[in-house]
Amino acid sequence: MSGLALQNVVKEFGSFRAVNNVELTVPHGTFVCMLGPSGCGKTTLLRMIAGLDLPTGGAIRLDGEDITRVPTHKRNLGMVFQSLALFPHLTVGENIAYPLRIRKAPKEDQKRRVEELLSMIHLAGYADRPVSKLSGGQRQRVAIARALAISPKLFLLDEPLSALDAKLREAMQVELRQLQQQLGITTIVVTHDQREAMTMADTVVVMNGGEIRQAASPIEIYRRPADSFVADFIGQTNLIEAEADTQGQVSVLGQPVPGLALPAGAAKATLSIRPEDVHLTAPVAGAISGTVTFVRDLGGTIETFVDVAGRQIVAVSTPRQRPDVTVGQQVGVALTPDVCVVLRK
Amino acid sequence: MRREPPQTVGDYAPLLFPAAMLTIFFVVPFGTMIAVSFFQRQQGGFYTPAFVFDNYGRFLSAFFGSVLGFSLMMAVAVAICCVVLALPFTYMLTRMARSVQVVWLVALLSVLSLSEVIIGFAWSTLFSRTAGITNILVALGLMGEAKALTPSFAAVLTGMVYQAFPYTVLVLFPALVRLDPTLTEAARTLGASPLKAFFTVVVPALRNTIVATLIMVFIFALGSYLLPQLLGRPQHWTLSVLITDQAIYQSNMPFAAAMAVFLVLVTLGLVALTVIAGRKGEAA
Repeated sequence: MSGLALQNVVKEFGSFRAVNNVELTVPHGTFVCMLGPSGCGKTTLLRMIAGLDLPTGGAIRLDGEDITRVPTHKRNLGMVFQSLALFPHLTVGENIAYPLRIRKAPKEDQKRRVEELLSMIHLAGYADRPVSKLSGGQRQRVAIARALAISPKLFLLDEPLSALDAKLREAMQVELRQLQQQLGITTIVVTHDQREAMTMADTVVVMNGGEIRQAASPIEIYRRPADSFVADFIGQTNLIEAEADTQGQVSVLGQPVPGLALPAGAAKATLSIRPEDVHLTAPVAGAISGTVTFVRDLGGTIETFVDVAGRQIVAVSTPRQRPDVTVGQQVGVALTPDVCVVLRK
Repeated sequence: MRREPPQTVGDYAPLLFPAAMLTIFFVVPFGTMIAVSFFQRQQGGFYTPAFVFDNYGRFLSAFFGSVLGFSLMMAVAVAICCVVLALPFTYMLTRMARSVQVVWLVALLSVLSLSEVIIGFAWSTLFSRTAGITNILVALGLMGEAKALTPSFAAVLTGMVYQAFPYTVLVLFPALVRLDPTLTEAARTLGASPLKAFFTVVVPALRNTIVATLIMVFIFALGSYLLPQLLGRPQHWTLSVLITDQAIYQSNMPFAAAMAVFLVLVTLGLVALTVIAGRKGEAA
């Protein structure tokens, strides 16, 4: 099989299990973002793919070949570190040429490739500058170019954009995605920034506690989160308990929602409802109703906090659909079955 | 943080004490030594003030030239041996657990507390025929019979490297600790074996520190005058030994002072050359 496969990968540090039985297949040419809170094991997983850490158990395969015990320098990969790790004693050009020099490529090939890469990252003519004279964004690009110099099979990035300011970061996300699509290279990025993951990835892998909670396309992760952790971690959500009676009739916050079904045999489940899917109406008998407790007007979006039987529900709307509500007002909360995602746990 | 340059004479007050100490304990004795180096020696006595170049003229001979050459060569050899041994050692030490580091550093510091005399006698015992390390090799069947390894050039070199090694490690340690460990990891992901990463990343990135350490050990080794006498033959005696000999046993202060001044000048010249060569290398 072409691509990267992680089979039952385990990493233990003493008695602590940093990565627990991870199974993941990354087809050739895909862009994967590993997303999770700090300490969730995503960086450890990336370091094992790079060969910088050895797994305690399981196997890592690249294009069908078992590379679990292959030393890092024989894996032919490119990696960008959080600190960038540019060599301070080398110029921009020498940094980019380093992997070629190590592989004893002919001097003129090195020169040609460096120029090619410099124009790709819009830094043509910078070859002879010392890296210390570059700005943050430029250093970032040089680190990317250096990692791509040998056209690696696998492109790994560990929180590559975290040192940049917000504006530059967003621009670099788009640039990195475009570059990856242009080169068609299998790419794995570790990040804790969900916007970054949503912007760049074909597949988002959400991790927590050393385990993969869900691996799917960004929109699938957002629309159909597998569990309450994923639902809560990706974007904002309302997590609400739903109950089914013996006839299978499901009610939410004490009001029946016709058309909604829980998994067979389950009497209780948690629903995830995105704030933009919650519509506020005038109070209607037989519908869920509550009291407005706070309105946060952010200009672009308006968040309305509604207290329903002691539970807080957030509704988000655009200024054009501004709900005409004030704090303390009684409102109805309209829920349709198609916006309620029934979570596994 | 930027500091204001001193505005009034009073702002220089904190400098007074160190400046005074430096003058009394360094500038004055050194000046005296320079003055004495031009004095006239009195046969069988002390010396009388004069301004003669006899003392400098006297060691412009093949004998003192070769001793000076040997001293410099010995100091360079010690400096290179120390850095070559200490750099990989310190690099590995910085990657060990904190507790292991502390044990090693305490051990090295305890070597520093030993006097040159003790180090000299310890090594001369270890290198002796009757009680030396060759007896272990004989017991292991690696050698036919025990023999004395001292006096010899290798014995002097070993003793001096042993003495200078802790200084070398202590000077290299902070720079290696500060070195970003992801630099070597990056080199490995880019295709360099750990050994290649060490030589293409760690060593060049620490070039200035390494040069500074070489100079420090070189100067340290140049001043050693006991170990060459304890572990070497007369042909292994350095200029420092001859200076001691002239000053203490021959009572020829002017000549000893002239040699000392000359040694300082040669050393300063060599250090300046190294620094200039280092600057050129950096610009290239």
